[in-house]
Amino acid sequence: MAERDTRIDRLFLRQEIADFFYREAELLDHHRYREWLDLLAEDIRYWMPMRRNVKFGEAEREFTRAGSDINWFDEGKETLARRVKQIETGIHWAEEPRSRLSHLVTNVQLQGVEPCFADPQEVSATCRFLIYRNRVETETDILVGRREDVLRRGSGEAGDGWLVARRKIILDQNVLLSKNLTFFI
Amino acid sequence: MTMNRPRGWRRGLVDLDVGEVSREIFVNEEIYAEEQERIFARAWLHVGHESQIAKPGDYFVSCMGEESVILCRDRANKVHVFLNSCRHRGMKVCRYDEGSTTVFTCPYHGWSYGTDGRLVGVPYFREAYHSRLDKEKLGLVEVAQLANYKGSIWATWDPAAPPFTEYLGGFTRYLDLQLDGWDGREGQAEVLGGVQKWLVPCNWKFPAENFSGDTYHNISHRSVDLAGIGPSGAGRRDMGERDVSRKLHVCVPDRGHQTILYVLPADKLPPPAYMNAPIVAEYFRHCEEERRRNRGEEARLVGAPGEIFPNTALLSRQPRTMAGWQPRGPHQTECWRWFFVDRDAPSEVKNFLRDYYIRYSGPAGMTEQDDMENWNYAHAASRGTIARRYPYNYEQGHGTAVTDYAYQGLRVPGEVIDLTEVQSSEQPMRNFYRRWAEFMEADDWSQLATWRTVRKAAE
Ligand code: FES
Ligand SMILES: [Fe+2]
Repeated sequence: MAERDTRIDRLFLRQEIADFFYREAELLDHHRYREWLDLLAEDIRYWMPMRRNVKFGEAEREFTRAGSDINWFDEGKETLARRVKQIETGIHWAEEPRSRLSHLVTNVQLQGVEPCFADPQEVSATCRFLIYRNRVETETDILVGRREDVLRRGSGEAGDGWLVARRKIILDQNVLLSKNLTFFI
Repeated sequence: MTMNRPRGWRRGLVDLDVGEVSREIFVNEEIYAEEQERIFARAWLHVGHESQIAKPGDYFVSCMGEESVILCRDRANKVHVFLNSCRHRGMKVCRYDEGSTTVFTCPYHGWSYGTDGRLVGVPYFREAYHSRLDKEKLGLVEVAQLANYKGSIWATWDPAAPPFTEYLGGFTRYLDLQLDGWDGREGQAEVLGGVQKWLVPCNWKFPAENFSGDTYHNISHRSVDLAGIGPSGAGRRDMGERDVSRKLHVCVPDRGHQTILYVLPADKLPPPAYMNAPIVAEYFRHCEEERRRNRGEEARLVGAPGEIFPNTALLSRQPRTMAGWQPRGPHQTECWRWFFVDRDAPSEVKNFLRDYYIRYSGPAGMTEQDDMENWNYAHAASRGTIARRYPYNYEQGHGTAVTDYAYQGLRVPGEVIDLTEVQSSEQPMRNFYRRWAEFMEADDWSQLATWRTVRKAAE
């Protein structure tokens, strides 16, 4: 009986996390960046490494390291908020006119939960993303990759919804095929 | 074929008397093809930094113009730059970005090359080649000349090119700002892990002329100034030291190198910076003092964006980077960016600077993003038949450069415009395109090394 309960808890939680990701994607696609920022923990680490071509067996050298190497992104909430502020100036030419964005999130999987499925406070989840960006007339970018997130149950002012505490963004590209990264993933 | 093209690049396409450059040189495919031959196969090009290949066997795959090259350190500790293409059928012998190896084995038919470039292995050498293949002649193609300047590695395919420091002319002074320590000690820079590479749909000369010293594009960066990412916390992206300095354009006229430069007053140290990060603030305060001690008057020079002809950008202050504008056809550029810190800086300082650098530069950089948007659409809007009839305008500050500039006892050789009052000039771009035209006209280096003969007064 207990085992069955865990499976149901797990199922509900997976759906809850997927729903969270969809809601988040919707906010980003509608440029509702202030509300998006509210979904981020104060101590978030938002990290997007660069990827090297490395020899078989040298996988540990594939990604640039957070906190010591150059990365595409290695951010906290404060700098993410500044990026939002920049877009909101209306003269950030790289996003003016605004890009048309669609964030597709799929393959959502729970990788771990603390302390337990019945009372989840912290969840590790992975997913795949596909971001379609189209802007001005014919400019089009497609970014595909994997995300590794740690979500934390919010409390107090932030309500009891989930907050993104860590995000690792693994883009399936070596040379970045887009001229810039003016959007969030 | 381009062989039949009538001479007269300068008159037809780069008219510096009027201050006009034809759009053709950015969008025309024949001109692009000729640039590969006349510029990229003859000029000195930046390849990487020795800190990227610290140990014997280490390699870093770089590029020189369109072509992939391998920068590597052989077993005897000698540094080489090889064309990354097998001598048998051209297969790329190394498709990793960096690593360490004893041998580069071609995946196609298995020829293998030592880290010194020698062909050391040929399958069926005895049977199929009857032991007669001249392996000595079939090593990896090596650059004609290589220079290690304070740790930065440069190379050229042209054996007749002058030595690298002669190629730089007086510009060594500004490359030194890039590669020496903040405290003025020689060659203290190291490259942080991870070289950014990204594609921008524009001709390579858009970033090259921008980094030559475009002091006019403030509006491009209004949004980041409003958002505030300065290294001292909020506020502008520039540093306080600029406010107390003279701001100059400095061009080395016969070399095509040019930079923005700040010169501090004789009696002043830069104002304190990074005050919200005490360890960093203390490090820079210490370095400024040491720099004065080590360099004397030279310590008054504060670097800013600059360009070494043709496609290497310097930014020796903040964010401290070098960039390569790698041509990928007339309409596309692959930007490469290396990030530098002082090797001996405390890790808190390195971390602080790294965070600032990636917020500023590259495709995710809040400053550079807007540059790339401009280069992208400026290029796109210049491709049409009608658009090509109207040259770009480079008249700003025409005829105002001086050749005897000094500020409170510190001489700055070259063609100089003091921008402190006039704000901006296009002297650096004129200098860049003058050299561009010379490269496109000259048959060989005997015509390009103009400084070796007496300069004509008519110039
Ligand atoms: S192409 Fe390299 S061995 Fe044939
Ligand atoms: Fe810029």
